[in-house]
Amino acid sequence: RASYKPVAVPAHPRLGEKVTQDTLYWRGYKTPVQIKEFGAINKIDFSPVSPYNYAVTASSRIHIYGRYSQEPIKTFSRFKDAAYCATYRDDGKLLVAGSEEGSIRLFDISGRAPLRQFDGHTKAVHIVGFLSDKYRIFSGGDDYSSNLWDIPSAAEIVSYNEHLDYVRCGCASKLNADVFVTGSYDHTVKVFDARIKKSVMTIEHGQPVESVLLFPSGGLLVSAGGRYVKVWDVLKGGQLLVSLKNHHKTVTCLCLNSSGQRLLSGSLDRHVKIYSTTSYKVVHSFNYATSILSLALSPEDETIVVGMTNGVLNVKHRKPEESKAKSQNKRRPAYRTFVKGRNYMPKQEDFYVSKPGKCVLRKYDKLLKSFQSSKALDAVLEPQIRLCTPEVTVAVMQELNRRGTLRSALAGRDEKQISLLLTFVTRRVIEPRFTPILVTVADMIADIYQPVVGQSALVDKQFLRLQEAIGKEIDYQEELLEVLGMMDALFATLTKKKASSLEENKSNGLTKTLEQDTSH
Amino acid sequence: YLLSASGDFVKLHSVATEETVRLLRGHAGLVTGIELNPQNRLQLYSSSLDGTIKLWDFTDGILIKTFTVGCKLLALYALASFEDSVFVVIPKSGERDSFQLVSVKLTKAAGQEIEAKELSVILDGVDKSPKHTAFGREGEYVASVKELELQVYFFKRKQINRFSLSATSAKGGNNRFTCIACHPKEDCIATGHCDGKIRLWRNFYHNKEYTFSTLHWHHDIVMDLAFSVEGTSLLSGGIESVLVQWHNGSDCKKDFLPRLGSAIECISVSSDGTSYCTSHTDNRITIISSNLRFSRSIQGLIKARDVKTGLVVDPRTKALVLNGEPGHLQFYCLQTDKQLYSLDIVQQEYIHQEGLNQLDLVKVAFSAQGKWLATVEEREDDTDLELHLKLWVYDEETQSFKLNTRINMPHEDHITAMCFRDTDEVEDDSVMLVTASKDCLFKAWVIVEDTDPEAQQSLSWSCDFVGSYHNYQATNCCFSEDGSLLAVSFEETVTVWDSFTWDLKCTFCHPPGKIRNICFGRLTCSKYLIGATDHGFLCCWNLLSCALEWSAQLNVLVLQPDPLSEHIAAISCISKDSSLFVFKPNEPRPICIQRNLCKEKIQFAIFVPRDIPETTGSEKHLWLRRSQIFFLTNTQELMTLSTKSPEERLTPSSKQLAVEESLPMTPFSLLLGKHRHQKSQEDVDLGKVVVHSQHNQDSPAVKELLHTPAHVLPSASFLCPIFINSLLISKENKSAEEVADEVEMESKDSEDDSDEERDITEIEQYDQRPMDFWGETTCKLSKSEEKELRKIRKIDYSWISSF
Repeated sequence: RASYKPVAVPAHPRLGEKVTQDTLYWRGYKTPVQIKEFGAINKIDFSPVSPYNYAVTASSRIHIYGRYSQEPIKTFSRFKDAAYCATYRDDGKLLVAGSEEGSIRLFDISGRAPLRQFDGHTKAVHIVGFLSDKYRIFSGGDDYSSNLWDIPSAAEIVSYNEHLDYVRCGCASKLNADVFVTGSYDHTVKVFDARIKKSVMTIEHGQPVESVLLFPSGGLLVSAGGRYVKVWDVLKGGQLLVSLKNHHKTVTCLCLNSSGQRLLSGSLDRHVKIYSTTSYKVVHSFNYATSILSLALSPEDETIVVGMTNGVLNVKHRKPEESKAKSQNKRRPAYRTFVKGRNYMPKQEDFYVSKPGKCVLRKYDKLLKSFQSSKALDAVLEPQIRLCTPEVTVAVMQELNRRGTLRSALAGRDEKQISLLLTFVTRRVIEPRFTPILVTVADMIADIYQPVVGQSALVDKQFLRLQEAIGKEIDYQEELLEVLGMMDALFATLTKKKASSLEENKSNGLTKTLEQDTSH
Repeated sequence: YLLSASGDFVKLHSVATEETVRLLRGHAGLVTGIELNPQNRLQLYSSSLDGTIKLWDFTDGILIKTFTVGCKLLALYALASFEDSVFVVIPKSGERDSFQLVSVKLTKAAGQEIEAKELSVILDGVDKSPKHTAFGREGEYVASVKELELQVYFFKRKQINRFSLSATSAKGGNNRFTCIACHPKEDCIATGHCDGKIRLWRNFYHNKEYTFSTLHWHHDIVMDLAFSVEGTSLLSGGIESVLVQWHNGSDCKKDFLPRLGSAIECISVSSDGTSYCTSHTDNRITIISSNLRFSRSIQGLIKARDVKTGLVVDPRTKALVLNGEPGHLQFYCLQTDKQLYSLDIVQQEYIHQEGLNQLDLVKVAFSAQGKWLATVEEREDDTDLELHLKLWVYDEETQSFKLNTRINMPHEDHITAMCFRDTDEVEDDSVMLVTASKDCLFKAWVIVEDTDPEAQQSLSWSCDFVGSYHNYQATNCCFSEDGSLLAVSFEETVTVWDSFTWDLKCTFCHPPGKIRNICFGRLTCSKYLIGATDHGFLCCWNLLSCALEWSAQLNVLVLQPDPLSEHIAAISCISKDSSLFVFKPNEPRPICIQRNLCKEKIQFAIFVPRDIPETTGSEKHLWLRRSQIFFLTNTQELMTLSTKSPEERLTPSSKQLAVEESLPMTPFSLLLGKHRHQKSQEDVDLGKVVVHSQHNQDSPAVKELLHTPAHVLPSASFLCPIFINSLLISKENKSAEEVADEVEMESKDSEDDSDEERDITEIEQYDQRPMDFWGETTCKLSKSEEKELRKIRKIDYSWISSF
């Protein structure tokens, strides 16, 4: 037999971002630490070995920061002009950096003076890096050349002069010690093999290339330039896999997370976007104060460091995992209490008699079931329900209205309760999903308590506030209608049919009900 | 057993199985009262508006005697203390709206038809409702209420005591009497009142010193009262649809059985006190055990307050779908006259109270395969409108519909029409729903797939296109058979849209009058679009030439295409009489015209596909071959057109009678409920029935055999030869009886020809008049069969001739 049906609280679809696993993951960072550097930060590089210090290249200095330190633990400042692209070697012992004057310097982490200096570029060197055999360095300069250097002898091995513009980014393959990639302002990315005197592949990006990245597998290449991030399949001979256009200014830096599942891109538009590398959809994005030049992620995604054009270094640390030690302290019932009777296997001749599940009703449902409308309204005006789940309060009001007992439930209340009701109405009446019913409620309250207006200063003040809120909302709606009219005019000039029809049904829910409300 | 008066019939239900065991037919008017014979509990008196009291043997369904009184009988009472007379309420001769209670002497004369003319007036000025009069303890007194007066007549003292109440009580209640019940053991009368009060009257032997106590729980009219057998508790029911049990007549001790579905009309108590039963306004009987536990319910087509959804056929079950209980959708099986299930659409507690605006189901549509169900519910307040569009998906696991998407306020105003695109493709992305609304828009809704794999529900519906035409209200919408074209009518204009690109293809307009109905032709006539206007025109447009093909002047109320053929049925209403026109869109001449369909206005019609195409049938009925048409009138009677003439339909039953003379028929359903212990006897019965089926070519017995649970059947080896035999066509079928029937048929053929076709089967009849029930659980078989069967034979023929 049908039992009492509890009040259905309408679920409201959450607008905007959906909470996915990714948003939860990427939101799990503490508030950022800001460190001021001397100039624009062009490179941040994490040491691949513990304790994961990171080198920040800004202006003419290279600062090494510890994980949680706000002050640099070491500084390399032997540069006359700007330093570029301080990069760690795989073992974390050596650091190489290019410079404005064209020389490349190799430092020992523990020392101060450079171990080696490689001269050969005639112009600034913006990109240097180690090949994965640890004994060679590749570099790219503003003299359009990409060079390869031998560390022990500090001599140039080979120089490629294939680019037609500044070489500003590069990356070495982790699998093959001979392969590296450079990207240039001539809109191309070239793949070089140290054993061959020529580039082995040229990829046309379409915009000046600001950053390139090779996937750990070496099969995919990501290039960023202009507003685009493009992913290429190297193994298929440089076929374009996907082109992402999610930034509205030049993308300056790229980075993979430690698992290789997510790709991060930073841009001059002050955003860092995180893409899934399976679907290439944006799964999360971060917002920063100024344009982003460089970006790095520590192993295990513990820290995100972002360098800005104004020299601010933004460091975010991951929140420690919440330990569940607390709950384990409580004594739980023994395991056997849970399995009691559950592991009984019914025999063939047994009848299965199911026990009807106990239906737990909320307090307001119990009161509504026994037709105590006034008490039910009281129950949903408890601060906990009123503040956290206003939809429950409104649903009960609607139910009372349907039952025709809303008026009697609203009547006979004292000053404090009326004021509370009015506060609630004032606050929520402008929410479109609550508007229809709350307008009725406000109407009824005004009706019922009309004779006592003026007796309580508190209630009068609330009434005035309600009036003010509604007046504001009406103004706002009128403005929106104006905008809508303008948009309609714009759409009318376009012949696209679809767009106009979709826009139309977006914003007309609220206006009509509020027009009636002006009578207050 | 449970007996109920239903229309012209008395129905005998089995309490154990809910099935209708017997249908006692014979009255020519509405049955107004039924009462067990106090001398013989296996006999039943029934009274009817046709002025007769009939005595039945209800277990065998035999009419024993007919007493003709000669005037309308409005209520019937039989008492143990008055052996040879019964009491009836009849209208007072000469005066309108005035009724009297009279006792009728039933003579024991032999013969079937007896005139009962010995009437003696007992009480004057009683109310016509049977609930307004009751007989007291052992027939010592009779109490009757009318308006504000209670009168008690004592048979021994021949004295009338009158008690009257003021019209309104001090608190503003309405004191009018609504029902009365007398205590079976004590001198106590319970009366129900309009304002929900129940008064218990005692000491009413004295005109002055009477006392009464008041019980008040109901907030609205008390519809019926009943005392339990011992009189220890009083049952009351009303619009709240709560059965209240008052213990010992005190106000403080009471039990409730809430949520019985709809307003309680009648309450009755079985003679052994083990169960109660309530009848409801929505055509349902509920059986309740004496500890106030719901036991089972007997229900057919639930009568909704207002059928707003129209008639829809569920493509999956072929069941008729319409409004049921408030906020529910009932799936009604036409073949078995049973409700398959009831789907809760609104999912809200229904408050049984007069004058409340509650969410009501207004539109229903099924997709072609029955996978999707769309429902619209609305609630109109004086200020605002609440609208919900819900989309339900069929869940194979639970064999029921599951809510998929709920859209609040899909339109700003009432939705006038809704339809699915009927494509036969299985993929979801081709399914489309179109809603037309008074807010001058029509919207197309499609399924969108959520690509996020983590989301639980991947399919949901969302708006795809919004269309309008010159700011006219959209009144109807309809897809063409292949789903490529959508026709939407906007007041006077029909617009045709391409459903893929949403281009407006063309418009049709046939001035005067707004479009009331539109539909596309099917199969070979799919190039036609039919529209009916409210100025009495039926127009047919050719979609290829975009021109009017033909038009006819016909005030069409309902336009319904047959899904399986080209035929379209149009029902028109000319001065109260409804007529049916069946036509093909390619020719303006109707195939079939059926005038004077029924007196009531027909609201809806639907073609229901037949399981097996009808093979027989004359040229005239060719259009009914593949589907059957059903109508719903505004009094919520469901009717259908039969291809057979009345005689043809009757012959099987009379044939059965002929057989019955030699072998008594014992349906299995009857056996099931009552005696499982008589298994050995059953075997014999079974044999008889199966043999019997030999004579009935359409063999209901075979069907019964197949529908009987296996555990009550005898062994298969025993059944097999009989079963095989029953399938053979026997040659001895042409009995003398049938020849006699044929003669009769011919005689009737000479009657009005047009009337002959007006054979409308009333599947379910609702009468607003109360029904009476008596629970009866004792049962016995076997009578002096031969004698009585001979009687039936005679009676039954008389009944045929009365047709």
